Amino acid sequence: MPYIGGLFPNERVVLSSFINAFPVGALILDTNRRVVLLNRALEGLLGLSSEEAEGLPCYAVLRARACLRSCPALALDTASESVSVESDIINRERQLVPVRITTSAVKGFEGNLVGFLEVIEDLRAMQGLHEEGPTAFSFGGIVGKSPEMEKIFRILPVLAESDSSILITGETGTGKDVIAEAIHHVSNRAKGPFIKVNCGALPETLLESELFGHTKGAFTGAVDDKPGRFRMANNGTLYLTEIGDLPLPLQVKLLTFLDDKTVYPIGSTRGYSVDVRVIAATHRNLEEMVAKGTFRKDLFYRLNVVRLHLPALRERGEDILLLLDHFVRLFSHKLNKTIDGFSPQALAKLKKYPYPGNVRELRNIVEYAVNVCDARVISPRHLPPYLLESEQEQAALMARTPVDTTAGMQASPLADFASTDNWSDIERKIILDALARAKGRRNEAARLLGWARSTLWRKMKQYKIN
Amino acid sequence: MGNRILIPLYKKEVAPRFDLALEALIVSCGEEGPGAEERVVVLPHASAEEMCNLILTEKVDTVICGGIAEEHYQYLLWKKVRVLDSVIGPYDVVLERFLEGRLKQGETLEQAKKTGVLNGRRA
Repeated sequence: MPYIGGLFPNERVVLSSFINAFPVGALILDTNRRVVLLNRALEGLLGLSSEEAEGLPCYAVLRARACLRSCPALALDTASESVSVESDIINRERQLVPVRITTSAVKGFEGNLVGFLEVIEDLRAMQGLHEEGPTAFSFGGIVGKSPEMEKIFRILPVLAESDSSILITGETGTGKDVIAEAIHHVSNRAKGPFIKVNCGALPETLLESELFGHTKGAFTGAVDDKPGRFRMANNGTLYLTEIGDLPLPLQVKLLTFLDDKTVYPIGSTRGYSVDVRVIAATHRNLEEMVAKGTFRKDLFYRLNVVRLHLPALRERGEDILLLLDHFVRLFSHKLNKTIDGFSPQALAKLKKYPYPGNVRELRNIVEYAVNVCDARVISPRHLPPYLLESEQEQAALMARTPVDTTAGMQASPLADFASTDNWSDIERKIILDALARAKGRRNEAARLLGWARSTLWRKMKQYKIN
Repeated sequence: MGNRILIPLYKKEVAPRFDLALEALIVSCGEEGPGAEERVVVLPHASAEEMCNLILTEKVDTVICGGIAEEHYQYLLWKKVRVLDSVIGPYDVVLERFLEGRLKQGETLEQAKKTGVLNGRRA
Protein backbone atom coordinates (compact mmCIF):
# COMPACT_ATOMS: atom_id res chain seq x y z
CA MET A 1 0.00 0.00 0.00
CA PRO A 2 1.62 3.36 -1.03
CA TYR A 3 2.36 5.68 1.90
CA ILE A 4 4.05 8.99 2.74
CA GLY A 5 6.76 8.91 5.41
CA GLY A 6 8.10 11.84 7.39
CA LEU A 7 5.00 14.02 7.11
CA PHE A 8 4.07 13.36 10.71
CA PRO A 9 6.58 12.26 13.33
CA ASN A 10 6.66 8.48 13.79
CA GLU A 11 3.64 7.95 11.51
CA ARG A 12 3.39 6.94 7.90
CA VAL A 13 0.37 8.30 6.05
CA VAL A 14 -1.54 6.01 3.68
CA LEU A 15 -1.37 7.87 0.37
CA SER A 16 -4.93 7.00 -0.70
CA SER A 17 -6.40 8.59 2.44
CA PHE A 18 -4.46 11.71 1.53
CA ILE A 19 -5.46 12.10 -2.12
CA ASN A 20 -9.02 10.82 -1.67
CA ALA A 21 -9.71 14.06 0.18
CA PHE A 22 -9.13 16.06 -3.04
CA PRO A 23 -12.43 17.27 -4.52
CA VAL A 24 -10.93 16.97 -8.04
CA GLY A 25 -9.47 13.97 -9.85
CA ALA A 26 -5.86 13.14 -8.97
CA LEU A 27 -3.50 10.53 -10.32
CA ILE A 28 -0.05 9.50 -9.13
CA LEU A 29 2.39 8.11 -11.69
CA ASP A 30 5.83 6.57 -11.26
CA THR A 31 8.84 7.79 -13.25
CA ASN A 32 7.83 5.51 -16.13
CA ARG A 33 4.42 7.19 -16.18
CA ARG A 34 2.60 4.11 -15.00
CA VAL A 35 -0.32 4.50 -12.62
CA VAL A 36 0.41 4.10 -8.92
CA LEU A 37 -2.87 5.41 -7.56
CA LEU A 38 -6.14 7.15 -8.59
CA ASN A 39 -8.17 9.08 -6.07
CA ARG A 40 -11.90 8.53 -5.51
CA ALA A 41 -12.94 11.58 -7.58
CA LEU A 42 -10.97 10.35 -10.59
CA GLU A 43 -12.34 6.83 -10.18
CA GLY A 44 -15.79 8.39 -10.44
CA LEU A 45 -14.89 10.48 -13.47
CA LEU A 46 -13.20 7.62 -15.36
CA GLY A 47 -15.43 4.78 -14.19
CA LEU A 48 -12.36 2.74 -13.33
CA SER A 49 -11.03 1.68 -9.92
CA SER A 50 -7.51 2.39 -8.71
CA GLU A 51 -6.82 -1.36 -8.46
CA GLU A 52 -7.78 -1.89 -12.11
CA ALA A 53 -5.61 1.02 -13.24
CA GLU A 54 -2.51 0.21 -11.18
CA GLY A 55 0.54 -0.50 -13.31
CA LEU A 56 -1.04 0.62 -16.60
CA PRO A 57 0.52 3.35 -18.76
CA CYS A 58 -1.20 6.68 -17.97
CA TYR A 59 -2.49 7.18 -21.55
CA ALA A 60 -4.40 3.86 -21.40
CA VAL A 61 -6.14 4.93 -18.20
CA LEU A 62 -6.83 8.62 -18.84
CA ARG A 63 -7.43 8.28 -22.59
CA ALA A 64 -6.81 12.03 -22.91
CA ARG A 65 -6.18 13.71 -26.24
CA ALA A 66 -3.18 15.50 -24.69
CA CYS A 67 -1.57 12.18 -23.61
CA LEU A 68 -1.61 10.88 -27.18
CA ARG A 69 -0.56 14.12 -28.89
CA SER A 70 2.14 15.41 -26.51
CA CYS A 71 2.49 13.92 -23.07
CA PRO A 72 2.29 16.72 -20.43
CA ALA A 73 4.73 14.85 -18.18
CA LEU A 74 7.32 14.86 -20.95
CA ALA A 75 6.79 18.59 -21.40
CA LEU A 76 7.96 19.17 -17.82
CA ASP A 77 11.57 20.20 -17.82
CA THR A 78 13.67 20.17 -14.71
CA ALA A 79 13.02 23.85 -13.93
CA SER A 80 9.25 23.93 -14.29
CA GLU A 81 7.07 23.16 -11.33
CA SER A 82 3.94 22.13 -13.22
CA VAL A 83 2.34 22.25 -16.64
CA SER A 84 -1.36 22.70 -17.35
CA VAL A 85 -3.20 21.78 -20.57
CA GLU A 86 -6.84 21.71 -21.62
CA SER A 87 -7.86 18.47 -23.25
CA ASP A 88 -10.64 15.89 -23.31
CA ILE A 89 -11.03 12.30 -22.17
CA ILE A 90 -13.41 9.47 -23.04
CA ASN A 91 -14.51 7.70 -19.87
CA ARG A 92 -15.81 4.13 -19.44
CA GLU A 93 -19.37 5.40 -19.94
CA ARG A 94 -18.28 6.61 -23.41
CA GLN A 95 -18.72 10.27 -22.47
CA LEU A 96 -16.37 12.79 -24.06
CA VAL A 97 -15.45 15.00 -21.10
CA PRO A 98 -13.51 18.28 -21.43
CA VAL A 99 -10.81 18.43 -18.76
CA ARG A 100 -7.86 20.48 -17.57
CA ILE A 101 -4.80 18.37 -16.75
CA THR A 102 -2.17 19.86 -14.45
CA THR A 103 0.98 17.74 -14.21
CA SER A 104 3.59 18.30 -11.52
CA ALA A 105 6.83 16.51 -10.87
CA VAL A 106 7.10 14.76 -7.51
CA LYS A 107 10.59 15.21 -6.13
CA GLY A 108 12.48 13.02 -3.68
CA PHE A 109 14.49 14.12 -0.65
CA GLU A 110 17.50 14.99 -2.76
CA GLY A 111 15.58 16.74 -5.50
CA ASN A 112 15.49 13.66 -7.67
CA LEU A 113 12.38 12.84 -9.70
CA VAL A 114 10.33 10.09 -8.07
CA GLY A 115 7.09 10.39 -10.00
CA PHE A 116 4.31 12.69 -11.17
CA LEU A 117 1.08 14.05 -9.76
CA GLU A 118 -1.66 14.82 -12.26
CA VAL A 119 -4.75 16.78 -11.29
CA ILE A 120 -7.72 16.35 -13.63
CA GLU A 121 -10.52 18.91 -13.47
CA ASP A 122 -13.85 18.23 -15.12
CA LEU A 123 -14.70 21.33 -17.21
CA ARG A 124 -18.21 20.29 -18.28
CA ALA A 125 -20.06 22.65 -15.95
CA MET A 126 -17.77 25.56 -16.83
CA GLN A 127 -17.95 25.02 -20.60
CA GLY A 128 -21.74 24.76 -20.46
CA LEU A 129 -21.84 28.19 -18.82
CA HIS A 130 -19.69 29.79 -21.52
CA GLU A 131 -21.41 28.18 -24.49
CA GLU A 132 -25.03 28.68 -23.56
CA GLY A 133 -24.75 31.96 -21.70
CA PRO A 134 -27.61 33.25 -19.63
CA THR A 135 -30.98 32.40 -21.15
CA ALA A 136 -34.24 33.85 -19.92
CA PHE A 137 -36.81 31.39 -18.58
CA SER A 138 -34.22 28.71 -17.95
CA PHE A 139 -32.38 26.91 -15.18
CA GLY A 140 -29.38 24.68 -15.78
CA GLY A 141 -30.32 23.97 -19.40
CA ILE A 142 -34.04 23.52 -18.74
CA VAL A 143 -36.21 25.95 -20.64
CA GLY A 144 -39.79 26.96 -19.83
CA LYS A 145 -42.06 29.81 -18.77
CA SER A 146 -45.34 28.01 -18.15
CA PRO A 147 -46.74 28.31 -14.60
CA GLU A 148 -45.87 24.62 -13.99
CA MET A 149 -42.21 25.19 -14.92
CA GLU A 150 -42.04 28.49 -13.02
CA LYS A 151 -43.05 26.58 -9.90
CA ILE A 152 -40.18 24.14 -10.53
CA PHE A 153 -37.66 26.91 -11.22
CA ARG A 154 -38.64 28.57 -7.94
CA ILE A 155 -38.14 25.39 -5.92
CA LEU A 156 -34.94 24.11 -7.63
CA PRO A 157 -32.41 26.49 -6.00
CA VAL A 158 -33.96 25.69 -2.60
CA LEU A 159 -33.65 21.97 -3.28
CA ALA A 160 -30.06 22.38 -4.43
CA GLU A 161 -29.19 24.13 -1.15
CA SER A 162 -30.62 21.31 0.94
CA ASP A 163 -29.05 17.87 1.20
CA SER A 164 -32.24 15.80 1.30
CA SER A 165 -32.99 12.89 -1.02
CA ILE A 166 -35.08 13.88 -4.00
CA LEU A 167 -37.56 11.82 -5.97
CA ILE A 168 -38.15 13.07 -9.51
CA THR A 169 -41.17 11.72 -11.31
CA GLY A 170 -42.57 12.42 -14.74
CA GLU A 171 -43.24 10.80 -18.07
CA THR A 172 -40.42 9.68 -20.31
CA GLY A 173 -38.62 12.57 -22.02
CA THR A 174 -39.72 15.26 -19.55
CA GLY A 175 -36.13 16.00 -18.47
CA LYS A 176 -35.64 14.06 -15.24
CA ASP A 177 -31.94 13.44 -15.96
CA VAL A 178 -31.34 17.09 -16.88
CA ILE A 179 -33.01 18.29 -13.68
CA ALA A 180 -30.97 15.86 -11.54
CA GLU A 181 -27.72 17.06 -13.09
CA ALA A 182 -28.77 20.72 -12.80
CA ILE A 183 -29.50 20.26 -9.09
CA HIS A 184 -26.07 18.69 -8.59
CA HIS A 185 -24.29 21.50 -10.44
CA VAL A 186 -25.84 24.28 -8.36
CA SER A 187 -25.56 22.41 -5.07
CA ASN A 188 -22.67 22.54 -2.61
CA ARG A 189 -21.65 19.16 -4.01
CA ALA A 190 -20.96 20.56 -7.51
CA LYS A 191 -17.21 20.01 -7.10
CA GLY A 192 -17.83 16.37 -6.25
CA PRO A 193 -18.75 13.65 -8.74
CA PHE A 194 -22.18 13.15 -10.27
CA ILE A 195 -22.64 9.43 -10.79
CA LYS A 196 -25.61 8.08 -12.69
CA VAL A 197 -26.81 4.49 -12.40
CA ASN A 198 -29.69 3.06 -14.41
CA CYS A 199 -31.35 0.57 -12.06
CA GLY A 200 -33.25 -1.01 -14.95
CA ALA A 201 -30.23 -1.67 -17.16
CA LEU A 202 -28.45 -4.41 -15.21
CA PRO A 203 -29.47 -7.77 -13.73
CA GLU A 204 -29.82 -7.89 -9.95
CA THR A 205 -26.47 -9.53 -9.11
CA LEU A 206 -24.47 -7.18 -11.33
CA LEU A 207 -26.36 -4.16 -10.10
CA GLU A 208 -25.58 -5.00 -6.47
CA SER A 209 -21.86 -5.22 -7.23
CA GLU A 210 -22.05 -2.06 -9.38
CA LEU A 211 -23.75 -0.05 -6.63
CA PHE A 212 -22.16 -1.37 -3.47
CA GLY A 213 -18.89 -2.85 -4.80
CA HIS A 214 -17.30 -6.17 -3.94
CA THR A 215 -14.15 -7.57 -2.39
CA LYS A 216 -11.65 -9.73 -4.22
CA GLY A 217 -12.84 -13.34 -4.28
CA ALA A 218 -16.41 -12.51 -3.17
CA PHE A 219 -17.73 -14.49 -6.14
CA THR A 220 -16.40 -16.18 -9.29
CA GLY A 221 -14.90 -13.48 -11.49
CA ALA A 222 -14.32 -11.00 -8.65
CA VAL A 223 -10.59 -10.80 -9.32
CA ASP A 224 -10.14 -7.37 -7.74
CA ASP A 225 -11.69 -5.17 -5.12
CA LYS A 226 -14.31 -2.90 -6.63
CA PRO A 227 -15.38 0.23 -4.76
CA GLY A 228 -18.91 0.50 -6.23
CA ARG A 229 -20.81 3.58 -7.34
CA PHE A 230 -21.78 4.72 -3.84
CA ARG A 231 -18.15 5.04 -2.83
CA MET A 232 -17.23 6.61 -6.18
CA ALA A 233 -19.90 9.26 -5.57
CA ASN A 234 -18.44 10.22 -2.19
CA ASN A 235 -18.93 13.98 -1.57
CA GLY A 236 -21.09 14.13 -4.66
CA THR A 237 -24.46 12.98 -5.91
CA LEU A 238 -25.63 9.51 -6.85
CA TYR A 239 -28.45 9.61 -9.37
CA LEU A 240 -30.50 6.43 -9.49
CA THR A 241 -32.64 6.51 -12.59
CA GLU A 242 -35.51 4.03 -13.16
CA ILE A 243 -35.66 3.43 -9.39
CA GLY A 244 -39.00 1.69 -9.95
CA ASP A 245 -37.06 -1.16 -11.62
CA LEU A 246 -34.80 -1.73 -8.59
CA PRO A 247 -35.24 -5.37 -7.43
CA LEU A 248 -36.78 -5.81 -3.96
CA PRO A 249 -33.65 -7.26 -2.25
CA LEU A 250 -31.63 -4.23 -3.39
CA GLN A 251 -34.39 -1.91 -2.20
CA VAL A 252 -33.68 -3.19 1.33
CA LYS A 253 -29.95 -2.58 0.90
CA LEU A 254 -30.57 0.94 -0.45
CA LEU A 255 -32.87 1.69 2.47
CA THR A 256 -30.20 0.55 4.92
CA PHE A 257 -27.70 2.83 3.21
CA LEU A 258 -30.06 5.82 3.33
CA ASP A 259 -30.50 5.24 7.05
CA ASP A 260 -26.89 4.82 8.17
CA LYS A 261 -24.90 6.17 5.16
CA THR A 262 -22.60 3.15 5.25
CA VAL A 263 -21.80 0.88 2.31
CA TYR A 264 -21.05 -2.82 2.79
CA PRO A 265 -19.39 -4.24 -0.37
CA ILE A 266 -20.33 -7.82 -1.30
CA GLY A 267 -18.10 -10.23 0.61
CA SER A 268 -16.92 -7.63 3.09
CA THR A 269 -17.75 -7.36 6.77
CA ARG A 270 -16.27 -3.89 6.89
CA GLY A 271 -18.56 -0.95 6.20
CA TYR A 272 -17.43 2.25 4.46
CA SER A 273 -18.97 5.49 5.56
CA VAL A 274 -19.75 7.71 2.57
CA ASP A 275 -21.28 11.14 2.17
CA VAL A 276 -23.57 10.91 -0.84
CA ARG A 277 -26.75 12.68 -1.77
CA VAL A 278 -29.22 10.38 -3.49
CA ILE A 279 -31.49 11.62 -6.25
CA ALA A 280 -33.87 9.01 -7.64
CA ALA A 281 -36.13 9.19 -10.67
CA THR A 282 -38.77 7.08 -12.30
CA HIS A 283 -41.52 7.26 -14.87
CA ARG A 284 -43.49 4.64 -12.97
CA ASN A 285 -46.25 5.30 -10.47
CA LEU A 286 -44.51 4.40 -7.22
CA GLU A 287 -47.68 4.79 -5.10
CA GLU A 288 -49.34 2.18 -7.29
CA MET A 289 -46.26 -0.08 -7.02
CA VAL A 290 -46.30 0.30 -3.24
CA ALA A 291 -49.99 -0.69 -3.19
CA LYS A 292 -49.20 -3.75 -5.32
CA GLY A 293 -46.26 -4.68 -3.10
CA THR A 294 -43.63 -4.38 -5.85
CA PHE A 295 -41.95 -1.36 -4.23
CA ARG A 296 -41.15 -1.11 -0.53
CA LYS A 297 -43.29 1.37 1.33
CA ASP A 298 -40.47 2.36 3.74
CA LEU A 299 -38.05 3.06 0.86
CA PHE A 300 -40.71 5.07 -0.92
CA TYR A 301 -41.22 7.28 2.16
CA ARG A 302 -37.45 7.59 2.59
CA LEU A 303 -36.90 8.73 -1.00
CA ASN A 304 -40.02 10.83 -1.14
CA VAL A 305 -38.55 13.45 1.23
CA VAL A 306 -38.75 15.96 -1.59
CA ARG A 307 -40.90 15.14 -4.59
CA LEU A 308 -40.49 16.91 -7.89
CA HIS A 309 -43.01 16.09 -10.58
CA LEU A 310 -42.14 17.22 -14.09
CA PRO A 311 -45.17 18.06 -16.21
CA ALA A 312 -45.68 16.45 -19.59
CA LEU A 313 -45.05 18.79 -22.51
CA ARG A 314 -48.74 18.80 -23.49
CA GLU A 315 -49.49 20.35 -20.07
CA ARG A 316 -46.96 23.14 -20.61
CA GLY A 317 -48.95 25.20 -23.16
CA GLU A 318 -46.83 27.99 -24.66
CA ASP A 319 -43.57 26.28 -23.62
CA ILE A 320 -43.76 24.36 -26.88
CA LEU A 321 -43.05 27.58 -28.82
CA LEU A 322 -40.25 28.55 -26.47
CA LEU A 323 -38.66 25.11 -26.76
CA LEU A 324 -39.02 25.08 -30.55
CA ASP A 325 -37.24 28.41 -30.71
CA HIS A 326 -34.56 27.29 -28.24
CA PHE A 327 -33.77 24.06 -30.12
CA VAL A 328 -33.78 25.74 -33.55
CA ARG A 329 -31.14 28.16 -32.30
CA LEU A 330 -29.17 25.36 -30.65
CA PHE A 331 -29.10 23.05 -33.66
CA SER A 332 -28.61 25.85 -36.21
CA HIS A 333 -25.52 26.85 -34.26
CA LYS A 334 -24.33 23.25 -33.87
CA LEU A 335 -24.86 22.36 -37.53
CA ASN A 336 -23.59 25.71 -38.75
CA LYS A 337 -26.82 26.62 -40.55
CA THR A 338 -28.76 29.86 -40.81
CA ILE A 339 -32.36 29.08 -39.97
CA ASP A 340 -34.69 31.85 -38.85
CA GLY A 341 -37.55 29.70 -37.57
CA PHE A 342 -40.68 27.89 -38.72
CA SER A 343 -43.24 28.73 -41.38
CA PRO A 344 -46.78 29.35 -39.99
CA GLN A 345 -47.94 26.00 -41.48
CA ALA A 346 -45.10 24.04 -39.87
CA LEU A 347 -45.67 25.84 -36.59
CA ALA A 348 -49.39 25.01 -36.69
CA LYS A 349 -48.58 21.33 -37.17
CA LEU A 350 -46.02 21.35 -34.37
CA LYS A 351 -48.43 23.10 -31.99
CA LYS A 352 -51.13 20.52 -32.66
CA TYR A 353 -48.92 17.46 -32.18
CA PRO A 354 -49.44 15.78 -28.76
CA TYR A 355 -45.71 14.88 -28.12
CA PRO A 356 -46.04 11.53 -26.33
CA GLY A 357 -42.21 11.50 -26.05
CA ASN A 358 -42.28 15.00 -24.50
CA VAL A 359 -39.28 17.37 -24.70
CA ARG A 360 -36.97 14.61 -25.96
CA GLU A 361 -39.29 14.00 -28.91
CA LEU A 362 -39.64 17.72 -29.64
CA ARG A 363 -35.86 18.08 -29.56
CA ASN A 364 -35.46 15.16 -31.98
CA ILE A 365 -38.09 16.58 -34.32
CA VAL A 366 -36.29 19.95 -34.41
CA GLU A 367 -32.90 18.28 -34.89
CA TYR A 368 -34.31 16.31 -37.84
CA ALA A 369 -35.92 19.42 -39.33
CA VAL A 370 -32.74 21.53 -39.00
CA ASN A 371 -30.73 18.72 -40.60
CA VAL A 372 -33.14 18.33 -43.51
CA CYS A 373 -33.93 22.03 -44.01
CA ASP A 374 -32.33 23.57 -47.09
CA ALA A 375 -33.94 26.99 -46.69
CA ARG A 376 -33.96 29.74 -44.07
CA VAL A 377 -37.38 28.72 -42.77
CA ILE A 378 -38.53 25.23 -41.74
CA SER A 379 -41.70 24.28 -43.61
CA PRO A 380 -43.94 21.16 -43.23
CA ARG A 381 -41.89 19.21 -45.80
CA HIS A 382 -38.86 19.42 -43.49
CA LEU A 383 -40.71 17.82 -40.59
CA PRO A 384 -40.46 14.05 -39.92
CA PRO A 385 -43.07 12.24 -42.06
CA TYR A 386 -44.66 10.50 -39.06
CA LEU A 387 -45.79 13.90 -37.76
CA LEU A 388 -47.84 14.50 -40.89
CA GLU A 389 -49.19 10.94 -40.87
CA SER A 390 -50.30 11.29 -37.28
CA GLU A 391 -52.02 14.54 -38.14
CA GLN A 392 -53.84 12.85 -41.01
CA GLU A 393 -54.93 10.12 -38.60
CA GLN A 394 -56.26 12.71 -36.20
CA ALA A 395 -58.03 14.55 -39.01
CA ALA A 396 -59.54 11.31 -40.28
CA LEU A 397 -60.68 10.46 -36.79
CA MET A 398 -62.28 13.87 -36.40
CA ALA A 399 -63.95 13.57 -39.80
CA ARG A 400 -65.36 10.17 -38.91
CA THR A 401 -66.70 11.36 -35.56
CA PRO A 402 -70.33 12.35 -35.97
CA VAL A 403 -70.50 15.96 -34.85
CA ASP A 404 -73.39 18.33 -35.25
CA THR A 405 -72.12 21.49 -36.83
CA THR A 406 -74.77 23.63 -35.22
CA ALA A 407 -76.05 23.47 -31.67
CA GLY A 408 -74.44 20.10 -30.99
CA MET A 409 -71.00 21.58 -31.57
CA GLN A 410 -71.06 23.30 -28.21
CA ALA A 411 -71.52 20.00 -26.43
CA SER A 412 -69.11 18.07 -28.62
CA PRO A 413 -65.64 17.20 -27.28
CA LEU A 414 -64.21 18.67 -30.45
CA ALA A 415 -65.33 22.08 -29.29
CA ASP A 416 -62.55 21.83 -26.70
CA PHE A 417 -59.96 20.93 -29.30
CA ALA A 418 -58.85 24.46 -29.97
CA SER A 419 -58.44 25.29 -26.31
CA THR A 420 -56.27 22.33 -25.41
CA ASP A 421 -53.14 20.72 -26.79
CA ASN A 422 -53.73 17.40 -25.06
CA TRP A 423 -54.65 14.88 -27.72
CA SER A 424 -55.15 12.03 -25.23
CA ASP A 425 -57.79 14.04 -23.38
CA ILE A 426 -59.57 14.86 -26.61
CA GLU A 427 -59.55 11.25 -27.76
CA ARG A 428 -60.83 10.10 -24.38
CA LYS A 429 -63.67 12.61 -24.58
CA ILE A 430 -64.50 11.49 -28.14
CA ILE A 431 -64.75 7.87 -26.96
CA LEU A 432 -66.92 8.79 -23.97
CA ASP A 433 -69.14 10.89 -26.19
CA ALA A 434 -69.54 8.06 -28.72
CA LEU A 435 -70.34 5.60 -25.91
CA ALA A 436 -72.94 8.01 -24.53
CA ARG A 437 -74.50 8.40 -27.97
CA ALA A 438 -74.52 4.63 -28.45
CA LYS A 439 -76.08 4.25 -24.97
CA GLY A 440 -73.15 2.13 -23.82
CA ARG A 441 -73.22 -0.33 -26.75
CA ARG A 442 -69.61 -0.79 -27.76
CA ASN A 443 -70.37 -2.15 -31.24
CA GLU A 444 -72.44 0.92 -31.98
CA ALA A 445 -69.85 3.27 -30.47
CA ALA A 446 -67.12 1.68 -32.62
CA ARG A 447 -69.34 2.09 -35.71
CA LEU A 448 -69.95 5.77 -34.85
CA LEU A 449 -66.22 6.33 -34.46
CA GLY A 450 -65.42 4.44 -37.65
CA TRP A 451 -63.12 2.11 -35.74
CA ALA A 452 -62.85 -1.65 -35.49
CA ARG A 453 -64.28 -3.04 -32.24
CA SER A 454 -60.79 -4.17 -31.18
CA THR A 455 -59.42 -0.64 -31.67
CA LEU A 456 -62.14 0.79 -29.43
CA TRP A 457 -61.48 -1.93 -26.83
CA ARG A 458 -57.73 -1.20 -26.90
CA LYS A 459 -58.23 2.55 -26.58
CA MET A 460 -60.77 2.11 -23.77
CA LYS A 461 -58.23 0.01 -21.92
CA GLN A 462 -55.55 2.63 -22.60
CA TYR A 463 -57.70 5.43 -21.17
CA LYS A 464 -59.04 3.22 -18.36
CA ILE A 465 -62.67 3.58 -19.47
CA ASN A 466 -64.80 0.79 -17.98
CA MET B 1 -17.22 -14.72 -34.10
CA GLY B 2 -17.12 -12.21 -36.97
CA ASN B 3 -15.26 -12.71 -40.23
CA ARG B 4 -13.60 -9.34 -40.41
CA ILE B 5 -12.08 -7.61 -37.39
CA LEU B 6 -10.72 -4.08 -37.11
CA ILE B 7 -8.47 -2.84 -34.30
CA PRO B 8 -7.47 0.86 -34.21
CA LEU B 9 -3.77 0.92 -33.34
CA TYR B 10 -1.44 3.04 -31.26
CA LYS B 11 1.97 1.59 -32.13
CA LYS B 12 1.81 -2.02 -30.89
CA GLU B 13 -1.25 -1.54 -28.71
CA VAL B 14 -5.00 -1.22 -29.11
CA ALA B 15 -5.39 2.55 -29.52
CA PRO B 16 -6.65 4.15 -26.29
CA ARG B 17 -8.95 6.39 -28.37
CA PHE B 18 -10.97 5.31 -31.40
CA ASP B 19 -11.15 8.91 -32.66
CA LEU B 20 -7.41 9.58 -32.39
CA ALA B 21 -6.01 6.45 -34.03
CA LEU B 22 -3.99 6.95 -37.21
CA GLU B 23 -3.69 3.27 -38.07
CA ALA B 24 -6.00 0.29 -37.99
CA LEU B 25 -5.36 -3.42 -38.29
CA ILE B 26 -7.85 -5.34 -40.42
CA VAL B 27 -7.93 -9.10 -40.03
CA SER B 28 -9.93 -11.45 -42.22
CA CYS B 29 -10.81 -14.94 -41.15
CA GLY B 30 -10.98 -16.82 -44.45
CA GLU B 31 -11.44 -20.49 -45.20
CA GLU B 32 -7.77 -21.08 -44.33
CA GLY B 33 -8.59 -20.33 -40.71
CA PRO B 34 -8.61 -17.40 -38.33
CA GLY B 35 -6.21 -14.54 -38.96
CA ALA B 36 -5.68 -15.65 -42.57
CA GLU B 37 -5.18 -12.13 -43.85
CA GLU B 38 -3.84 -9.18 -41.91
CA ARG B 39 -3.13 -5.68 -43.12
CA VAL B 40 -2.61 -2.29 -41.57
CA VAL B 41 -4.46 0.70 -43.02
CA VAL B 42 -2.97 4.15 -42.42
CA LEU B 43 -5.44 7.03 -42.19
CA PRO B 44 -4.49 10.49 -43.53
CA HIS B 45 -5.58 12.02 -40.23
CA ALA B 46 -7.25 10.91 -37.02
CA SER B 47 -11.02 11.09 -37.29
CA ALA B 48 -13.79 8.96 -35.79
CA GLU B 49 -15.98 9.57 -38.83
CA GLU B 50 -13.28 8.34 -41.22
CA MET B 51 -12.66 5.32 -39.01
CA CYS B 52 -16.41 4.54 -39.10
CA ASN B 53 -16.35 4.96 -42.87
CA LEU B 54 -13.40 2.57 -43.16
CA ILE B 55 -15.24 0.03 -40.98
CA LEU B 56 -18.29 0.13 -43.23
CA THR B 57 -16.42 0.11 -46.56
CA GLU B 58 -14.25 -2.79 -45.39
CA LYS B 59 -17.40 -4.63 -44.25
CA VAL B 60 -15.98 -5.18 -40.79
CA ASP B 61 -18.05 -7.34 -38.41
CA THR B 62 -16.24 -6.66 -35.13
CA VAL B 63 -14.31 -3.65 -33.85
CA ILE B 64 -11.98 -4.03 -30.88
CA CYS B 65 -10.99 -0.65 -29.49
CA GLY B 66 -10.18 1.43 -26.41
CA GLY B 67 -12.27 4.49 -25.63
CA ILE B 68 -15.05 5.32 -28.05
CA ALA B 69 -17.64 8.11 -27.75
CA GLU B 70 -21.25 7.03 -27.28
CA GLU B 71 -22.43 8.46 -30.63
CA HIS B 72 -19.88 6.45 -32.63
CA TYR B 73 -20.53 3.33 -30.54
CA GLN B 74 -24.28 3.59 -31.14
CA TYR B 75 -23.73 4.34 -34.84
CA LEU B 76 -21.66 1.18 -35.29
CA LEU B 77 -24.21 -0.91 -33.38
CA TRP B 78 -26.92 0.53 -35.60
CA LYS B 79 -24.86 -0.54 -38.60
CA LYS B 80 -24.77 -4.02 -37.06
CA VAL B 81 -21.08 -3.88 -36.22
CA ARG B 82 -20.16 -5.55 -32.92
CA VAL B 83 -17.98 -3.30 -30.74
CA LEU B 84 -15.76 -4.52 -27.90
CA ASP B 85 -14.55 -1.29 -26.33
CA SER B 86 -12.35 -0.28 -23.37
CA VAL B 87 -9.92 -3.08 -24.22
CA ILE B 88 -6.32 -2.44 -23.08
CA GLY B 89 -3.31 -4.44 -24.23
CA PRO B 90 -0.89 -5.26 -27.07
CA TYR B 91 -2.92 -5.80 -30.24
CA ASP B 92 -1.43 -9.20 -31.10
CA VAL B 93 -2.32 -10.66 -27.70
CA VAL B 94 -5.77 -9.03 -27.83
CA LEU B 95 -6.37 -10.49 -31.30
CA GLU B 96 -5.20 -13.93 -30.25
CA ARG B 97 -7.53 -13.86 -27.27
CA PHE B 98 -10.43 -12.68 -29.43
CA LEU B 99 -9.85 -15.45 -31.98
CA GLU B 100 -9.90 -17.94 -29.10
CA GLY B 101 -13.29 -16.50 -28.11
CA ARG B 102 -12.01 -15.32 -24.72
CA LEU B 103 -11.94 -11.54 -25.11
CA LYS B 104 -14.47 -9.51 -23.11
CA GLN B 105 -15.59 -5.92 -23.34
CA GLY B 106 -13.59 -3.68 -20.97
CA GLU B 107 -10.83 -6.26 -20.56
CA THR B 108 -7.35 -5.20 -19.46
CA LEU B 109 -4.71 -7.73 -20.43
CA GLU B 110 -2.03 -8.38 -17.86
CA GLN B 111 0.60 -7.77 -20.56
CA ALA B 112 -0.51 -4.10 -20.67
CA LYS B 113 0.88 -3.67 -17.16
CA LYS B 114 4.32 -4.81 -18.28
CA THR B 115 4.58 -3.43 -21.79
CA GLY B 116 3.20 -0.24 -23.28
CA VAL B 117 4.36 2.50 -25.57
CA LEU B 118 6.08 4.84 -23.21
CA ASN B 119 8.61 6.36 -25.54
CA GLY B 120 10.35 9.46 -24.34
CA ARG B 121 13.02 10.63 -22.01
CA ARG B 122 11.71 9.03 -18.87
CA ALA B 123 10.20 5.82 -20.14
